[in-house]
Amino acid sequence: MPAPLRLDLLGSALPPIAWPLVWGLAGVLAILTVGALAAMLLPLLPAGGDYRNLQQRVASWWVMVALLVVALVLGWQATLALFALISFLALREFLSLAPARREDRLIILASYLVVPISYGWIAINEYGIYLVFIPVWVFLITPFLMAIIGQTRNYLQRAAGFHWGEVACVYAIGFVVWLMRTPAHLPMPAGPAGLVFLLLVATEANDVAQYCWGKLFGRHKIMPTVSPNKTWEGFLGGWATTAALIWLIGPIYAPLAGMNLAIMAVLLPLAGFAGDVTLSAVKRDIGVKDSSHLIPGHGGILDRIDSLTFTTPLYFHLMTFFALHR
Amino acid sequence: MNVARLAFLHLVARPLAVLFTGADVIGREHLPSAGPAIIAANHNSHVDTLLLLTIFPARLMARLRPVAAADYFLRGPLIGWFSRTLVGIVPIARGSQYRERPGREDVLAPAREALAAGDIVIIFPEGTRGGATDELGPMKAGVARLAAAFPDAPVIPVWIEGAGRVLPKGAMLPSPMNCTVLVGEATRWNGDHTGFMEALRQRLEELRKSAPPQRWLSDLDPDPPPTSAAAAASAPPAPPSPDS
Repeated sequence: MPAPLRLDLLGSALPPIAWPLVWGLAGVLAILTVGALAAMLLPLLPAGGDYRNLQQRVASWWVMVALLVVALVLGWQATLALFALISFLALREFLSLAPARREDRLIILASYLVVPISYGWIAINEYGIYLVFIPVWVFLITPFLMAIIGQTRNYLQRAAGFHWGEVACVYAIGFVVWLMRTPAHLPMPAGPAGLVFLLLVATEANDVAQYCWGKLFGRHKIMPTVSPNKTWEGFLGGWATTAALIWLIGPIYAPLAGMNLAIMAVLLPLAGFAGDVTLSAVKRDIGVKDSSHLIPGHGGILDRIDSLTFTTPLYFHLMTFFALHR
Repeated sequence: MNVARLAFLHLVARPLAVLFTGADVIGREHLPSAGPAIIAANHNSHVDTLLLLTIFPARLMARLRPVAAADYFLRGPLIGWFSRTLVGIVPIARGSQYRERPGREDVLAPAREALAAGDIVIIFPEGTRGGATDELGPMKAGVARLAAAFPDAPVIPVWIEGAGRVLPKGAMLPSPMNCTVLVGEATRWNGDHTGFMEALRQRLEELRKSAPPQRWLSDLDPDPPPTSAAAAASAPPAPPSPDS
């Protein structure tokens, strides 16, 4: 195996970058270039058609991929900063649409403090405290503060909504950064960044594959009351495609083989689908189609990370389980 | 061109608007591409001005002039400098003693001058910040007088959803919450004072209805039935039932 790629930034060495990751990132950029060319050339076809949404989507992908690549290359600190920002933006979108009363304004303001504190536990490597901070302590303290303020109308609905937002937008997403802090003595064929790369590529590929299979062959609705555009054909086609992708590239980027690889390949696409439709149910309840207009062509940041809120914890916990039961 | 103001808008106001509100805009294509023009928006927070000053393309930023109450924004030398130099306000005198009447000072004169100079005048027809109840308060007719004086200037209705939650009247700490600016199609002076105000109100109400629900729960739901104790205390005595 060739020595990993080593880069310097202003004289200080960056974490070594494994060659598979370099090729993987190059592959993603190649796919983006194809997408950009398609978005430019398709409107020139005689059939015409409106490809502005595709153009916007591809343009936004360039920005998102650039941010992720820079963060992964710079190391866990930069990845932590990027995902803390993503969590803040997602939480802001969620709290702005969640059921809340006028009296909750200070609760909402205080809720943003959860982002730096939760990511702070990652920065100082306090895994045990991270695990209980949001699911236990934020869960207990927020409703208590709401009780002190004293507005009890819709109390349960509001308290549940706030906690849903903290877990989905902050706690679940934070495990991406924990992947970057995987102890160096564990086997990692493409370094910690390779673990994150596989998670992100598989999750986004699942979204895209489901969409394409559904567009091409979709006929039977799978969840008509939640996501009327989703079909069995899209779900099953996306599942098979993503499972095959994980089976093929999984061993290159993560310590996965044999039964462990098969389990990951089968379960991760299911989690992506689950995250997608769960957030759809939330948005349908609130009565919005997109959580905001932050990302041109895509909608809000919550719309972009919906699958990730489910795949990240699943991926992390399976990896941890496999590492402990070698 | 005022360099301090442009630096303030680009380096302070715009980042603050994005950080605290997300600054989503629906109907950006309806924004005027040149002055003179009148932006008529609902008003719940200072954040309204922050948003309206930062959603325009950079080349129009120097042209934006929010109409603002002189008694509030020019009350001291420091806030006066801030309001005039950085925010670029057009001062307007408020209060019954300034109502338009023969022989009185024309309170809209500074706004007229700005329009005559080709500026984009931002006006909040409610005249003051509302209570973030997501309702449009009574509107003052100054906007109609401005439109009548400049019949060629488009009047663009703008509904701002959510700003009253970021920084409501009386609050000291702003809280980040997404806001949406909905820009409607331009209307023009139609020669009729009452009809103009009614049309403007209708357009603003339509924009309000299409806004995402970035509002407090109480504004969405009707009041629940009173609890039995409260009902017993406040309800009028029940009418005798027909068969008694």
